[in-house]
Amino acid sequence: MDAFLIQLLTGLAGASSLFLVAAGLTVIFGVTRVVNFSHGSLFMLGAFIAWSVLTRLPREPGWHVAGVLIAALATAGIGALLEMGLLRRIYRAPELLQLLATFGVVLMVQDLALLIWGPNDLSLPRPPWLRGFVRIAEQQFPLYDLILIGIAPLMLVALWLLFTHTRWGTLVRAATQDRDMLAALGVDQRLLFTSVFALGAGLAGLGGALALPDGSANLQMDMSVITDAFVVVVVGGMGSLPGAYLAALLIALLQTFGIVLLPKATLVLMFVVMASVLVVRPHGLLGRAQVPTRGEAHAYALIRPATPALRTLGAAALALALAAPLLVGPFWLSVLTEALIAMLFAASLHAMMGPGGMISFGHAAWFGIGAYAAALAARGLAVPMPVGLLLGPLLAGVVALAFGWFVVRLSGIYLAMLTLAFAQIVWAVVFQSDITGGDNGVLGVWPDAWARDPRVFYLVALVLCVGGTLALRRVLFSPFGYALRAARDAPERAEAIGLFPTGLRMAAFCLAGTAAGLAGAVGAYSKGSVFPSTISIGRSVDALLMVLLGGVQTMAGPVVGALAYTGLYDVLIRATDLWRLVLGAAIVALVLAFPQGIAGAASRVVRDDAA
Amino acid sequence: MTVLEAIGLNKSFGGVHAVSDVSFSVDRGEMLAMIGPNGAGKSTCFNLVGGQLRPDAGRVRLAGQDITGQPPGLLARLGVARTFQIATVFASMTVRENVQVALQAHHRRSWRFWRAADTGFRQSSLSLLAKVDMDGQAGRAAGVLAYGDLKRLELAVALASNPRLLLMDEPTAGMAAEERTALMALVRRLAHGSGLAVLFTEHDMDVVFGLADRILVLNRGELIAVGGAAAIRADARVREVYLGSGATGGGY
Amino acid sequence: MKLTRRTLLAGSATLAAPAIARSQSEPIRIGEINSYTAVPAFTLPYRQGWQLAVEQVNATGGVLGRKLEVISRDDAGRPQDAVRIAGELVGEQKVDLLAGGFLSNVGLAISDFALQNKRLYVASEPLTDALVWEKGHRYCFRLRPSTYMQAAMLVGEAAKLKAKRWVSVAPNYEYGTSTVKWFKQLLAQQRPDVTFVDEQLPALGRIDAGATVAALAAAKPEAILNVTFGPDLTNFVRQGNTRGLFEGRSVVSVLTGEPEYLEPLGDETPTGWLVTGYPVDSVTDPANTAFIAAYKAKFNETPKMGSVVGHALISSIVAGLQKAGSTGTEALCDALPGASFDTPFGWAMWRAIDHQSTLGTYVGHTALKDGHGTMVDWRYVNGADALPSDDVVRKLRPA
Ligand SMILES: Nc1ncnc2c1ncn2[C@@H]1O[C@H](COP(=O)(O)OP(=O)(O)OP(=O)(O)O)[C@@H](O)[C@H]1O
Ligand SMILES: [Mg+2]
Repeated sequence: MDAFLIQLLTGLAGASSLFLVAAGLTVIFGVTRVVNFSHGSLFMLGAFIAWSVLTRLPREPGWHVAGVLIAALATAGIGALLEMGLLRRIYRAPELLQLLATFGVVLMVQDLALLIWGPNDLSLPRPPWLRGFVRIAEQQFPLYDLILIGIAPLMLVALWLLFTHTRWGTLVRAATQDRDMLAALGVDQRLLFTSVFALGAGLAGLGGALALPDGSANLQMDMSVITDAFVVVVVGGMGSLPGAYLAALLIALLQTFGIVLLPKATLVLMFVVMASVLVVRPHGLLGRAQVPTRGEAHAYALIRPATPALRTLGAAALALALAAPLLVGPFWLSVLTEALIAMLFAASLHAMMGPGGMISFGHAAWFGIGAYAAALAARGLAVPMPVGLLLGPLLAGVVALAFGWFVVRLSGIYLAMLTLAFAQIVWAVVFQSDITGGDNGVLGVWPDAWARDPRVFYLVALVLCVGGTLALRRVLFSPFGYALRAARDAPERAEAIGLFPTGLRMAAFCLAGTAAGLAGAVGAYSKGSVFPSTISIGRSVDALLMVLLGGVQTMAGPVVGALAYTGLYDVLIRATDLWRLVLGAAIVALVLAFPQGIAGAASRVVRDDAA
Repeated sequence: MTVLEAIGLNKSFGGVHAVSDVSFSVDRGEMLAMIGPNGAGKSTCFNLVGGQLRPDAGRVRLAGQDITGQPPGLLARLGVARTFQIATVFASMTVRENVQVALQAHHRRSWRFWRAADTGFRQSSLSLLAKVDMDGQAGRAAGVLAYGDLKRLELAVALASNPRLLLMDEPTAGMAAEERTALMALVRRLAHGSGLAVLFTEHDMDVVFGLADRILVLNRGELIAVGGAAAIRADARVREVYLGSGATGGGY
Repeated sequence: MKLTRRTLLAGSATLAAPAIARSQSEPIRIGEINSYTAVPAFTLPYRQGWQLAVEQVNATGGVLGRKLEVISRDDAGRPQDAVRIAGELVGEQKVDLLAGGFLSNVGLAISDFALQNKRLYVASEPLTDALVWEKGHRYCFRLRPSTYMQAAMLVGEAAKLKAKRWVSVAPNYEYGTSTVKWFKQLLAQQRPDVTFVDEQLPALGRIDAGATVAALAAAKPEAILNVTFGPDLTNFVRQGNTRGLFEGRSVVSVLTGEPEYLEPLGDETPTGWLVTGYPVDSVTDPANTAFIAAYKAKFNETPKMGSVVGHALISSIVAGLQKAGSTGTEALCDALPGASFDTPFGWAMWRAIDHQSTLGTYVGHTALKDGHGTMVDWRYVNGADALPSDDVVRKLRPA
């Protein structure tokens, strides 16, 4: 019983921390619809700034509070700058482009924080009052945790009052519903959005500053926080603050009690909760169906078959690629192989994301399943490479079919987060299972003797990846592809002409999974090893970046995006220690220059010329 | 012959009783107009019949077959086609491709993965477009059409399935007066010529009284009058509703 | 074209004549890969360590009459990137051998690449036992004391504790789980009466410290084995301190005495924990003090454990080069087993049986000095003394 009380309080404190992490993200999404990937970075900046401020202030509680507020305000300022300098310019761009832009910011902040604060974890020396505890049930319970337990509900109430009882709040809520109306009323919407973003950033900073006494400001915070924040926001229902608190409560309590029974569950518990909630409630606990805000740019671009010029260009590129073994050495062939794999991987994501209208944050799952299937078949069953290359996509397709059944019922960010949850569950299984070799992966997956020559393997990869990409393209221009696109463009209309969008989406999901599985299988043989990191969130984000960079709305987008991204990444990581800063800046610059993606921009130029 | 029969339809949204106890039928070759002020429940009726919504109570029959609560995709195969109050087309396709997709769906060709879709049903799509006078714009992106053209394209898409029942929720909103009459006259020709049953709503009373064979009047979810143009014109309750409601609907 | 021609020429030259045929002025190139951006707290001091060593080697005329050059790359913490980079270093940069690695799976990926391409790989930091045992092979050597060795170094004193009820807390991945596994196994051999009553496995970098501490406390242990490090450790220690988890309990903690992990604990460093680490502020032997002085002079900060590993990495490679008298892979792989080298921690050698170096580490107790964590009562444990008998190793290493 005593232990139970302590666990309960601990869970409540954990819920508060989670809520503080998530509140800003849900506020920003609720109003601006921006999927702010840099939320974790703002949290981290809040912690670092708080460290810099608090270590220079006296240690009394009053000063501490002042320091925390300064950190929150400073982060809010950074958020405002971010909104004005970057996001404001791309509100009308296609969905999710902001995600790409904010990811660029994530990369930049990582290096900037390293440059400013150095590599070491910075912990705040705690004055005695922060080390205080109260005796509860004959155990010591941290005073600071009690304070945290109180802060979250207080903040919830304060935010609720702000949104419902102030003129600013009324305007913000109006903006959520109808942007054009607000503009017609003469309200400066830009100022409104800037202030909302600043508020969200400030909340992130506050979260970081409040977390500081419990640990340290460190360079890994951004990534560990961002998934937590997204999960809480989505489980609660995007844009719903009470929902976020409820979700934080649910997750933290399950976590606190869960790890006693199932210590190994720490890796996935959160994602299992999210998947279960989303399957039962497709818009989170307290979320509502996401109606498109009036005034929101939502027009899908016209998709045309390749122009003769593009076909010629493609054929020339292919001819060059075929000649590559004669022109370059093994290393460059391996780089090209990797680019080919990335191309198929990106094209598979694009198929479900572009024409299919289903964003995925967990696409690495299919790549990983394909890679593991091939690797395990090669190592465990000693099958020849062609069989492995067949088993990879097959298994990925079958699993995608099973997961797809749950996934295609959802839409928008919720769908994306369910794919993420599934990917994390797959990752955790692979990570903890002995069959897959756990963390140490599967080694020694090298091609059969006949394909071991890098030139031969390169050609195999070329045939499979280019073939796969072209096949996907062909399917997207087939009756099925049109039907799929119809279901995305106007689901109601598609149904009214006798189509079944759910089935179409399911098939697209399965197809994308299969293609990604093929990419994964080729990847396994090209690297000779497979590790759980193939299924990591970072890998999924890579695919997303490639698609967005190239342009979701064009068929050539994923190809261009994959080549541009892998090229940039490979050059930069070898050229400079600050590759994250440069890569992030390059992404931001590309987003600002080509909001339709690189291929999207190029096709515009071509079409304008033609017109 | 009765094509569509709605019997005692009911639908509530939370507290709002959007449709209560509405029964009506549409015959083969008949143009049935459904009118009523804003919020009367017309669109809700359409959605109940078209399968977008499931009624709380009541039945829907298509040529005698019970289709209550069936999904729209299935109804389309049984010969129900519709247009929406806010026109929806496939924005990422050209005008012609919009019709092609519909033709493919009708002929059960949507699950073909290999042959290029572009080549299928080219001629039939163009002739459908010609029917609604849209063939001149066949190559344009559907997403950039003027609203009136959008409505016409939507009609062509609906007709692609060669339906026996056509549900048209405000098919002429956003069109100029002559355009409206022309379009609905075309629909009337189709109805009378090929036996298509048409249920439509319309705020333009000239269109309604000029082209409908019969008229239903809905108010606050209830059916208050059914009959020919003359009878409806004379109906006291209808006059009251339209005058009493401040005559907001469609400038009436 | 040009590249292939050069490859061919270089290849045939090595085949045709001994390495002397290469220009004497050309440096010996070490291709080094590490997780510089993913784990900067450990790898940046490590980089400074090898930079210092390279400078020192070159100042005294280099090796085999040639200068030493390190071509360093970031793997971003991704094994797949590491494999590509290894390909670049070997194929484009024409390095003579590969070295580096922090994460275990990165190390294994490079090791597998090395086996496949018949290149020497000297792993500096990855701790997984698989690197030299289960998946060990001719071309892979590992410098740092492994998870087994870390556990073995602590277990002797841990067995002397009265405690019978133990709990463990370890990050939920290979390093964490396998350290706990070895520790339990080795402790059970000396103390069959010991039981582990709870085993917490927080996700790496995302510990829910409050819940973890509460769960451990609820198990009412007499002793705690901690394997967390970095930010997780700081969070864990702070919650543990405030909640009184460590009061009246013995704690055995892996790596916690290393300056990179001890420093962030500051004045909250718990005292009396039995740890492995590096008492950089109190070592007095000439090798250490010389190293510390040179490091301070160059970088204006005290070295960390990573710095020692980086420095020793270069010495261990140089020893092999000198013994082989050439830079050929096969010659090096023949020469490294048995080659001995000097490190800041003193003399060490490459074992022939499993290619593990005998570089050891310090075992001692944590203490507070002027508001900073430090190690007291420490002693250096030679790696050779923390490894199982040759018979056991032969069973563990199939190749
Ligand atoms: N999905 C819904 N949720 C809640 N209420 C709804 C919904 N759809 C319709 N209603 C309500 O039901 C009533 C009838 O609406 P309906 O759209 O059927 O009217 P209508 O006759 O088509 O009006 P209009 O002429 O403006 O198109 C209205 O009060 C409307 O607010
Ligand atoms: Mg309506």
